[in-house]
Amino acid sequence: MDIHEYQAKEILARFGVPVPRGGLAYSPEQAGYRARELGGNAWVVKAQVHSGGRGAAGGVKLCRSEAEVQSFAATLFGKQLVTKQTDANGKGVYRLWVEGASDIARELYLGLVLDRKSERIMIVASAHGGMEIEDLAESDPDSLRRMTVDPAVGLSEYQARELAFQLGLSGGQIAQMVTILRACYRAYRDLDAMMVEINPLVVTGAGDLVALDAKMSFDTNALFRRPEIAELRDRSQEDPRESRAGDLGLAYVGLDGDIGCIINGAGLAMATMDMIKLAGGEPANFLDIGGGASPERVVRAFQTVLADQKVSVILVNIFAGINRCDWVAEGVVQAYREVGMTLPVIVRLAGTNVEEGRRILAASGLPIISADTLADAAEKAVAIRQPLAA
Amino acid sequence: MAILITEKTRVIVQGMSGRIGQFHAEDMIKHGTNVVGGVTPGKGGSTLLGRPLFNTVREAVEATGAEASLVFVPPPFAADAIMEAADAGIKTAVCVTDGIPSQDMMKVKRFLRRYPADRKMRLVGPNCAGIISPGKGFMGIMPPHIYMPGRVGIVGRSGTLGYEAASQMKALGIGVSTSVGIGGDPINGSSFRDILELFEADPETDAVMMIGEIGGPQEAEAALYARNAMTKPVVAYIAGLSAPKGRKMGHAGAIISAFGESAQEKVEILSAAGITIAPNPSSMGETMARVLSGRRAAA
Repeated sequence: MDIHEYQAKEILARFGVPVPRGGLAYSPEQAGYRARELGGNAWVVKAQVHSGGRGAAGGVKLCRSEAEVQSFAATLFGKQLVTKQTDANGKGVYRLWVEGASDIARELYLGLVLDRKSERIMIVASAHGGMEIEDLAESDPDSLRRMTVDPAVGLSEYQARELAFQLGLSGGQIAQMVTILRACYRAYRDLDAMMVEINPLVVTGAGDLVALDAKMSFDTNALFRRPEIAELRDRSQEDPRESRAGDLGLAYVGLDGDIGCIINGAGLAMATMDMIKLAGGEPANFLDIGGGASPERVVRAFQTVLADQKVSVILVNIFAGINRCDWVAEGVVQAYREVGMTLPVIVRLAGTNVEEGRRILAASGLPIISADTLADAAEKAVAIRQPLAA
Repeated sequence: MAILITEKTRVIVQGMSGRIGQFHAEDMIKHGTNVVGGVTPGKGGSTLLGRPLFNTVREAVEATGAEASLVFVPPPFAADAIMEAADAGIKTAVCVTDGIPSQDMMKVKRFLRRYPADRKMRLVGPNCAGIISPGKGFMGIMPPHIYMPGRVGIVGRSGTLGYEAASQMKALGIGVSTSVGIGGDPINGSSFRDILELFEADPETDAVMMIGEIGGPQEAEAALYARNAMTKPVVAYIAGLSAPKGRKMGHAGAIISAFGESAQEKVEILSAAGITIAPNPSSMGETMARVLSGRRAAA
């Protein structure tokens, strides 16, 4: 689960990371007021959306007067900000962060992630910050420093010091960097984060380290024990179809094609999408109905997939283990009746109670196209889709 | 002989009195699995499905000589249950639970390393379908009738895709020695490589079907092992050729976040290691059939 920059800064500041002073605004007037409140003669106004690349997309601006803060804010509010990390719809801007402009001498990169190889938290840092880590990894891979942290000991001071020297810091900056690294590690560990990123971490003209930007994301599996983090969820930043599906217990990812998919199991869902592509089609979505799916959950899956206007055919592929084909079949029949289905539906059933499932579909008298295998299902879906697309 | 579980393996179920635990324990017993008891704190002394329940895993091991445990405990308590099994002397634990926090799994993996090799518990999962040696026994949630007993091992992250492979092979008359689901989480107990090692050493396994997916470094690690240390042929399919970068595909671990984690890159790494690739998910069975007949012809 992602949170906003200002929320990440508040959290990291609580653990001891120095951040610039700033204020949150919900309106252009409030943005102007925040600038006045902060004082000084230059401010940075930053759109709060769950995405990187905001600067290049026009979501961040250095303003030199209160009027400029207010007028820039007026252009941002309610806008869909399209960055290179978002889809074509972008993300809605409903909150702005206004902070005093910093005097920047150097930009560093600092990130903490879960390293799957060592199964530990890994710190990634570079003496060259400001650009995205992916670009940095490509353009300047030698500048990246990595170290993993022993979970039983935590981040040792010597490790943090080593990293600080490697980044070319000196004097009082070493102690500041050690504080920042240990604070980030503790925030990651204590709050069940999955990612902490400070990019850029700047050295100011006065030689001090400050987190100019901050990003955090959290382990959704741990939210049950982090209610204060769960509260920070901002649904305005989520794909409405994906968050609605999530509420219904379905894992759904919207894609660009027109073949709607309803499948059990993440692996089989990905494999079915692969099969559709090989057959010459494009999946409209990834959807895993999960284990033990009731007929009701199958109906909700149909509703979720049908909410996508691009969908021209639906492919249901169930290999039931913990699931039951008869329940899925009942759900398909129920969905047909409840949503007034007009699109063709292809159903492939296998596994637990498959005979009963097929019998229910056949007895329904509905024009359901049945398929025997994965390949058969994908080919039938693609074949039936083509005349519609032409 | 198979791997990890046979008809002789004494199995307990942690969380047996829960709705899901009971349902699957019953199915396991029905299919010949040697279930010797269950563990539910507070219900020790009673019986369920004709098997004794215990308050702790330690009591269960002392009373029944259990060697293996199937963990059906909800996510907030699952890591603790796994560590309890390890400390009580269980040799193999399978955890089906989906949704365990990553840092809990970090803790579990570190905990397991405390034990010397001969006392160390092997963990399979979490977030997996379990393990089955067809005709002998199983620990998990799979439909046992889709597997035909035989001499090919299956190892995969995805449960349902493992079923798909088993049924394609069955349709071609190819049976399974053991099928192992290692689970879809970013941190799991046993890796592809760990299971390949067991299959390589198993005299009743002739070849291995490996089913990977996008995300993580374990397929590449397995490729290296297969190239350097395996004599048995491996056929692999990697799911997610059509998955976009940076989007999580259902499994917490199924996300392309680093170089070498896309399906295409994994396919290249595996091919370079001499592993035969099933180009699509409906050709897993026929690719295995071709590899097996080529091997027979050569012999």
